Amino acid sequence: MTSKTDTLEVHSSTDIVLIRQAVRKWTAELGFSLVDQTKMITAASELARNALEYGGGGEVRFEQLEKSGRRGLRLTFEDHGPGIPDIEQALTDGFTTGQGMGLGLSGSRRLVNEFEIASTVGEGTRVTITRWK
Amino acid sequence: MSAQGLKKGRLAGIVGNHEAEILANWVGEQTAVKGRRGASLNESELRAQCEAFLRAFRESLNGAASTDVESNEWRAVRGMLDELSRARAAKGFSSSEMAFFVMSLKRPLFGLLREIGGDAQSLADTTWEATEILDRMALFTTEVYQKAREEIIARQQEEMLELSTPVVTLWKGILALPMIGTLDSARTQTMMESLLQTILDTGSSIAIIDITGVPTVDTLTAQHLLKTVTAARLMGAECILSGIRPQIAQTIVHLGLDLGGMITKASLADAFAVALERTGRTIVRVRTGPGRESTATAIGMDPPA
Amino acid sequence: MERIPILRMGPFLLVTIQVDLHDRLVVTFQDDLTEQISRTGARGVLIDISALDMVDSFMGRMIANIAGMSRILDAETVVVGMRPAVAITLVELGLALPGVRTALDVEKGMELLRASRGLRLGKEEDGDLED
Repeated sequence: MTSKTDTLEVHSSTDIVLIRQAVRKWTAELGFSLVDQTKMITAASELARNALEYGGGGEVRFEQLEKSGRRGLRLTFEDHGPGIPDIEQALTDGFTTGQGMGLGLSGSRRLVNEFEIASTVGEGTRVTITRWK
Repeated sequence: MSAQGLKKGRLAGIVGNHEAEILANWVGEQTAVKGRRGASLNESELRAQCEAFLRAFRESLNGAASTDVESNEWRAVRGMLDELSRARAAKGFSSSEMAFFVMSLKRPLFGLLREIGGDAQSLADTTWEATEILDRMALFTTEVYQKAREEIIARQQEEMLELSTPVVTLWKGILALPMIGTLDSARTQTMMESLLQTILDTGSSIAIIDITGVPTVDTLTAQHLLKTVTAARLMGAECILSGIRPQIAQTIVHLGLDLGGMITKASLADAFAVALERTGRTIVRVRTGPGRESTATAIGMDPPA
Repeated sequence: MERIPILRMGPFLLVTIQVDLHDRLVVTFQDDLTEQISRTGARGVLIDISALDMVDSFMGRMIANIAGMSRILDAETVVVGMRPAVAITLVELGLALPGVRTALDVEKGMELLRASRGLRLGKEEDGDLED
């Protein structure tokens, strides 16, 4: 069940900072532990930067979830960039086509409870992450 | 089972007209049984609860169109049952005792219905309605009770987690984490967080993780230990692993785990000696009398000349 | 444009990162710092990140790069004050920052730099520097 939603734009590196601050606020409201807050913020930072660098910008949707008494936060990053031809490869540690350390996707997957990625070449990429309290 | 529509408010009327009588019989019903188990509710407390419940029950019956206790019309009754079940779960009542609270209302209610009589058809209908409502309420109660117990257990587990990972200061700047028992993922995680926090709070640059009391180590646990050591290093503190049993040493090698740059020592004492050395201290024996060495040792605060 | 201030402390440079870093700031900082090391001949760099509540792979790479560049310029980098939650997250992310030296706080980081500097000069008993 979704009890609260919001959407933020990702068009500049300042937006990444704003997204991090928003994730901090949402996770704190949900009562996440400091470590869990930090993990979710870091994952969001990685994915927002991916959307900006590889997808040419996009947006992130925030959803506060509630399932059988557990509360969580789901973030969906969507861009309309070139897409990822080989997702398997993109999820490998150390694989990069850009400036980072190649830990954006693989690393953020380890920081959350649920991770979903869908990408179509020429249309864009959508990454959904969820972390439960 | 599908909820049934209530017929002409007959049940509501009967309960409304005979509330006092039902209450007396109901309380009697419960005290008779309770005497055997010696439960910890006194009679006036029980009477107050029953009275309040019966009032809510009558009010909901008046307004309700169906026997579906989950529906909005029964909210007041559900709220009351919820509160009662939780309170009793916390007091240590069993789930059958809790269900009996609702079930025991059957005999006084059915007795009354039989007494009032009427034609066979309406008697059967009303009895069925009452049965359905009470059964559903009993089920609801048991569910709430179960949930409350689960919450209590979860809380106790959490408290135990905190208790089972004590971080102690061995000396200024030297921490020890003696681990005992099986290490699961959740426990290792809590341990990791409390160790790192204590490193920060005390400004300790060395932490000894002693696993003498840990019977086995699997891949996951070993990885958690490694992560702890790496995270501590990122903060600027060093970890020493001590008390590795022979079987665990074998397991680690067989699993192909790389303990990397981690310092390992056979015993906590050895690890402590290393930690002292690293912080520029040493242990020396002191003399207490002329020509006699005492058995006690003291720790020199300064590096050896 | 805002910049991260770089302080000179004897033979060392001290950088305290306090703002929520956005990417352009990180790049500017890298330029500033290497330029300063080269100009002042600093022998060590302390990066205090105790105010940071998160470090992602981009910032992690920046720190690793600074350490690498400084080493080439003959200055040692010590990262000090990383918070526990940040450390746990970095490890989970897969970023253990090998080759970057760390210390609990600025004071301990300074000791570490002095000690390694002393050893390099062959002054094993006294790590203090006369500059």
